[in-house]
Amino acid sequence: MASFKPTKVQFLPKLGEKVTEDTLYWKNYKSPVQIKEFGAVTKIDFSPLAPHNYAVTASTRIHVYGLHSQEPIRSFTRFRDTAYGGSFRGDGKLLVAGSEEGLIRLFDISGRVALRQFTGHSKAVHVTSFLSDGFRVVSGSDDLTFRVWDVPSAVELSSITEHTDYIRALAPSKLNPDLFVTGSYDHTVKVFDMRSGSSVMTMQHGHPVECVLLYPSEALLVSTGGRYVKIWDLLKGGQELVSLKNHHKTVTCACLSSVGNKLLTGSLDRHVKVYNSSYKVVHNFDCDASILSMAVAPDDEVVAVGMTNGVLSVRHRKHKKDKETLTSRRRRGPSYRVFVKGKNFVPRQDDFLVSKPVKQYLRKYDKQLKSFEVSKALDTALQTWTRTSKPEVTVAVIIELNRRGTLKNALAGRNEESLTKILNFLLKHIFDPRFSRPLLTVGDIVLDLYRQVLHQSPVVERQLQRLMEVLGREAELQQELLQVLGILDTLFASLTPRKEVAALAALPVDQGPQLQAA
Amino acid sequence: MVETSDIRVVRCGGSKVNLTPPIISSDSRFVLCTSGDLVKVYSTRTEEWLHSLQGHTNQVTGITLNPANHLQVYSCSVDGTVKLWDFIDGILIKVQLVEVHETVEIFLSSGLCVSACPECFQLVSVHLPKSAEQEVEAKEMSAVSSHISKNPSCTAFGRGGEYIAFARHLQLNVYFFRKQKTYSFSLKATDKKGAKNAFTCIACHPTDDCIATGHEDGKIRLWRNFIHKKEYTYSTQHWHHNAVNTLCFTPEGTHLLSGGIESVLVQWQYGAGNRKEFLPRLGGSILHISASSDGQLFCTSHSDNKITVIESSFKVCGVIQGLVKDAVLTDLMIDPRSKALVLNGKPGHLQFYSLLRDKHLYNLDIVQQEYIYEAGLDQFEVVKAAFDIKGSWLATVEERGKKSSDLEFFLKLWAFDERTQSFVLNTTITAAHTDRIISMCFSSSEETTMLVTAAEDSQFKAWCQGADADTQQDQNFWSCDFVGSYHKLNPTNCSFSADSSLLAVSFQEVITIWSPDTWEMLTTLCQPPGVIRDLCFGRLSCSKYLLGTTTKNLLCCWNLLTCELEWSTSVDVSKLQPDPFSENVAAFSYQSKHTDLFVFKPSEPRPLFTNKNVCSEKVHRAVFVPREEPLNSCDESTQWLNRSQLYFLTQNMDLLTFSTATEEDRMLSSSKQLVIDDSVAVTPFYLLLGKHRQQQQKLNTQSHPVSDKPQQTQGSVTIKELLHTPAHVLPAASVLCSMFVNSFLISNTGVQQDPLSWLT
Repeated sequence: MASFKPTKVQFLPKLGEKVTEDTLYWKNYKSPVQIKEFGAVTKIDFSPLAPHNYAVTASTRIHVYGLHSQEPIRSFTRFRDTAYGGSFRGDGKLLVAGSEEGLIRLFDISGRVALRQFTGHSKAVHVTSFLSDGFRVVSGSDDLTFRVWDVPSAVELSSITEHTDYIRALAPSKLNPDLFVTGSYDHTVKVFDMRSGSSVMTMQHGHPVECVLLYPSEALLVSTGGRYVKIWDLLKGGQELVSLKNHHKTVTCACLSSVGNKLLTGSLDRHVKVYNSSYKVVHNFDCDASILSMAVAPDDEVVAVGMTNGVLSVRHRKHKKDKETLTSRRRRGPSYRVFVKGKNFVPRQDDFLVSKPVKQYLRKYDKQLKSFEVSKALDTALQTWTRTSKPEVTVAVIIELNRRGTLKNALAGRNEESLTKILNFLLKHIFDPRFSRPLLTVGDIVLDLYRQVLHQSPVVERQLQRLMEVLGREAELQQELLQVLGILDTLFASLTPRKEVAALAALPVDQGPQLQAA
Repeated sequence: MVETSDIRVVRCGGSKVNLTPPIISSDSRFVLCTSGDLVKVYSTRTEEWLHSLQGHTNQVTGITLNPANHLQVYSCSVDGTVKLWDFIDGILIKVQLVEVHETVEIFLSSGLCVSACPECFQLVSVHLPKSAEQEVEAKEMSAVSSHISKNPSCTAFGRGGEYIAFARHLQLNVYFFRKQKTYSFSLKATDKKGAKNAFTCIACHPTDDCIATGHEDGKIRLWRNFIHKKEYTYSTQHWHHNAVNTLCFTPEGTHLLSGGIESVLVQWQYGAGNRKEFLPRLGGSILHISASSDGQLFCTSHSDNKITVIESSFKVCGVIQGLVKDAVLTDLMIDPRSKALVLNGKPGHLQFYSLLRDKHLYNLDIVQQEYIYEAGLDQFEVVKAAFDIKGSWLATVEERGKKSSDLEFFLKLWAFDERTQSFVLNTTITAAHTDRIISMCFSSSEETTMLVTAAEDSQFKAWCQGADADTQQDQNFWSCDFVGSYHKLNPTNCSFSADSSLLAVSFQEVITIWSPDTWEMLTTLCQPPGVIRDLCFGRLSCSKYLLGTTTKNLLCCWNLLTCELEWSTSVDVSKLQPDPFSENVAAFSYQSKHTDLFVFKPSEPRPLFTNKNVCSEKVHRAVFVPREEPLNSCDESTQWLNRSQLYFLTQNMDLLTFSTATEEDRMLSSSKQLVIDDSVAVTPFYLLLGKHRQQQQKLNTQSHPVSDKPQQTQGSVTIKELLHTPAHVLPAASVLCSMFVNSFLISNTGVQQDPLSWLT
């Protein structure tokens, strides 16, 4: 005797996002921790040393957070005006920051008072950074200059004015202590060599540059500005490699993940995009406000995003260990042993095993279908949870009823409440291409069955009105689509004759090898 | 014309086993059922086909146990004979010729046979004469009634043969043999509730005076007190929603079994009103039910050519499945792995049938949906299937809604799983085309598999297996590779060349040739206009030819090197079938109400073999089945059957094949061998003795042949005694031992002779 075959729920793949390894990797973050700062978060920098604390520049303060703490472990508050661009030295012991008043301050990470103050800039200093030898600081300012300072003596070593607008981006080379890259609102990105004292390379970004970034190999340079992210090949003399336009507002920040050098960009459109090595967007983080700054901790443990509304959102990576502790906590208690009782018995070699028939478990609607209770089965399939979260199950039951020729019976004899349920379901899903065909049949049958009594219920009547509107809109849309298809067909058709001629010309050539083969 | 005398058309296995109710032997060890000209004996335990009772020359129409001897069975056939068999050994005991009529059905009771004859449909009682002769002519006949339904289940014997009940339309008749009197009761055609009261089946209670009748609307009526004309009563029970096909009382009469189209076996408790038990989903509507004489086993036979053996505790304990060929929609195919014949069988399944052993191998569930046994319900059916050349992929198309406007169909691809040795679903394509798929074929190259489907939406699509470049998981699902069309014409056929370097797709009257590597259309062929019906490429040395048949009764052959028509002839070909193992192509043509077969090579316009009047119906399905060991006939006319055998299916769903004289000789000789081997069971004992005997024989042939004879017989007598005496009558083993050892001793005479010869 064959057993009952349960209703098959068709799995139809959704069009759009494909699940790749990258997506899985970037999805594997916990929900973000929100930390409120005093103003817009303009800069986040991770310490390169082991605990990987990070400095967050917001308003007149710089806070240093530990990786897992939500309270700052240290804060530098001796700014008279807004602080900008707090960044660590390569050994993680010193921190440099610019400010609105044009002063550059150098802090010891364990101290509170500034160790050095560099004065000289006449306008706000938005970007500061150590050069890779650790003894010099470079800063870019709104007075169109950038200056290099000596840390031990607090003396200005040089001042270069080549940009014609505010300097808002700076990236020192890690391999060469004399090289750094600057980006400015004058739409250019320049590479400077301190040894020659002037720019050695200039690239036209085409938009005010918000951020520059060097790849660890320093062969590639990323610049963001406007809606564009551009990748430049420095070894080819600054040739543009790719120009990406995935954001719909200004791209304010970019950083690289330390695993696989994936590029991340954040924008005022509140999205962080992750690119793969061929610069396709593989993942997308959504934030609550426009993004100003972003940083990724070494080993991608933490993604920290700073926003205009002063919220710092920190995402921690999920680990298997965390999950295990969670589940083990849940499993505790005596119940486990009860369930396992007798299950872990291993038969001896010469034991004769009598296998128990496996019981077939059926869903509720399947049980009802098995006993031919069609109306009840439809009711079960239309339960709120199934209807909203798994519409494909509901549709599968409808298809099954239709196949059995009992859909009309199942739909008949319903009161206003259950009829509105059905009509709501139709309204929501009738234009879904996966479901539209069976649902249109349902609509037809409902109209056939209840034509006489429809006007008695204003609720149902209103819903039918809406259904008509929805269908009308859908029909219009389809018509437009067909028109577009027609236009495209014309275009393709105009191309085909030429191709046919080519095919005919190629024909004798194709026959040659066959002749030989024969 | 070539000589055709030594090739003949034979009906091969796979005939119906569900034509008549199966019977269970009284010891419940065997199930007997009719199958074409044979009566087949199956074991109830193992479901194995043991042997068949061979002798009738036409369709066997009824079998019943001999009431006098439960080891014997009567069978009747359309050839007008009633035969008595010993069914355990398969020996024919007696033949009775029922002279006048063709016997259609027998119902036996106490030496009295009642047969119905077709021309006037009469119920006739035939007295079977008791005589010792093997062939007897039964002359004593008396007509009972002509008011009898053509359905044999509308007639039944009651209470050990005291009376017979039979019904037609709305009238029930009971005929008492002793009184020779008929009582008849009739029902109204319809009552107020719209019931349909026509009788569909009858069963009589074995001990009680009660007749159960089934009706068209699913009611069961129990008639009592029918000895009186007026005061009869009946009670009604209703569960079936469609006509009751069959009714059967258990031998003790405690239960009544009924079955119908719903495929649910219902057991009613006799005399307990509405109490009943169900056994659902037996598969196929129930046609007959029978019970063993001890009531331990029931047998149901189903419309899908199946017999189910059911224990009295309502558990299925055995299934005997025959070849299902009621509604063949797919082509006949050969599974390249198991060499089994594949066609659609049970609803929603593909069946794999071994032609060599005439045995059903297994069913592959394609639709994977609950089948509702209800009349007039449109459900998914497998309509197309195709294997790739290695048998590792199977493509199927299932379809629903042919009658209504909304056609639903799925294209499914199945991968062969080495571990489970069966096909596993790999890909389901829900909307492969916008209209019905007409033709489907796999590419024939071994390296890459490609599927081409042609549909009525004037497109053909090529499907390839391959991992998606974006998803880095190694899922090997199938996806569409190319969509081709030609002037919005509907394609009719598609075919790959032998090396799959070319794809031919016919669009109505035009054949287009494509290169599957570049998807470029190479050329079009359309010489004598006419819608293309069949299309195939030549094989091996003839691979440069393309054959096509058109609706305008033309068989055309194109040379692909010159792209010209090589030859064409005017034949109305209904089926063109190339042999995959040779260059031969078989063409079935239908002309003036009979089908002819031509076998030819595309390179030669002269046919190798012609057979006129193969059968009287059209042939639409045929297949070449590879032989296990090739024949080596040198005769020109039979050479084409050396590598493979041609099977074909007529419109009446008869599976026929061609057999050669040499083949039949071989079969005969093999069956003779079998008979000899059967005399002694092959036990280790036998092997030991057999070896000994052979040695003896060798020895004997060396020495005097005359002197051996008694010795050998003596030995064999002892062995025979040992082997054939029932165990419980044998003396103690110690006694036997000495006798057994003695039998091996060389007899005195031989010993005496030897020294004599030595002396001389």
